[in-house]
Amino acid sequence: MSTVAAPRTPARPARPARRGINWEKWGWMYMRISGVVLVVLIFGHLFVNLMIGHGVKAIDFAFVAGKLANPFWQVWDTLMLWLALIHGANGMRTITNDYVSSVAWGRVLRGAIAFAAIALIVLGTLVIYTFDPCPNVPADQISLLPSFCRA
Amino acid sequence: MSKVITPPVSQMKASRGGTLYRGREGMWSWVLHRITGVAIFFFLLVHILDTALVRAYNAVISSYKNPIMGLGELGLVGAIMFHALNGLRIILIDFWSKGVKYQRVMFWVVVGVWVVLFAGFAPRHLINVFSEVGH
Repeated sequence: MSTVAAPRTPARPARPARRGINWEKWGWMYMRISGVVLVVLIFGHLFVNLMIGHGVKAIDFAFVAGKLANPFWQVWDTLMLWLALIHGANGMRTITNDYVSSVAWGRVLRGAIAFAAIALIVLGTLVIYTFDPCPNVPADQISLLPSFCRA
Repeated sequence: MSKVITPPVSQMKASRGGTLYRGREGMWSWVLHRITGVAIFFFLLVHILDTALVRAYNAVISSYKNPIMGLGELGLVGAIMFHALNGLRIILIDFWSKGVKYQRVMFWVVVGVWVVLFAGFAPRHLINVFSEVGH
């Protein structure tokens, strides 16, 4: 004999409490910890690139190459890259969980978010540590390089 | 059969916004946090790719110096400022014992600090963007 389910019966039986690491809790903690650090890193980034000197007007290859040749900015940019992309990707995951009800679409979107984040972390880290601030360029383009390349 | 219970119209009008959350500072700060967060995420994807194209960097960056991009950057910096300040507000709500009590006040502090920061940044940035025009 079938009976009507009691009110507020969950669609699926509640899972027993899981042991081990609570990833959702650490994700929640990560958003707050990385958030505070990112406020400092990004405000510093914006201040140095857009406020000091001639701001956006002064940004060119020489400016970026000069910054990325300096270990201080290499560490700054690496931290910013990793913390911001993981923070952003986790935020997009939260939004996907909130609005996408289809299980298949949820998987596809979360997969795309993870792929984009990992690909850009790898690409960005490679750029920071492998690029040459003084590439071999034709003589008419030497003026575009940072000043220390001409010394 | 369940019956939806709605308060009488007179009562709804009396309590502005209907509830503590909907239509109030709590809801709008959440909406803005989501919208600015998504916008910043998509900008970030493009921003890492553009810097990765260092070889063609001067060509890529020169496109950032046209006035339309300049205005876009202004919007982006405004979005980042709000997301950062409201993020600090969220942290205070979560960890400060009086955070929940002062969440409304803190929202208006966020708006106030945002106005001050934006007023400091916008003229400087617009001068840099528009003085580039015609060069």
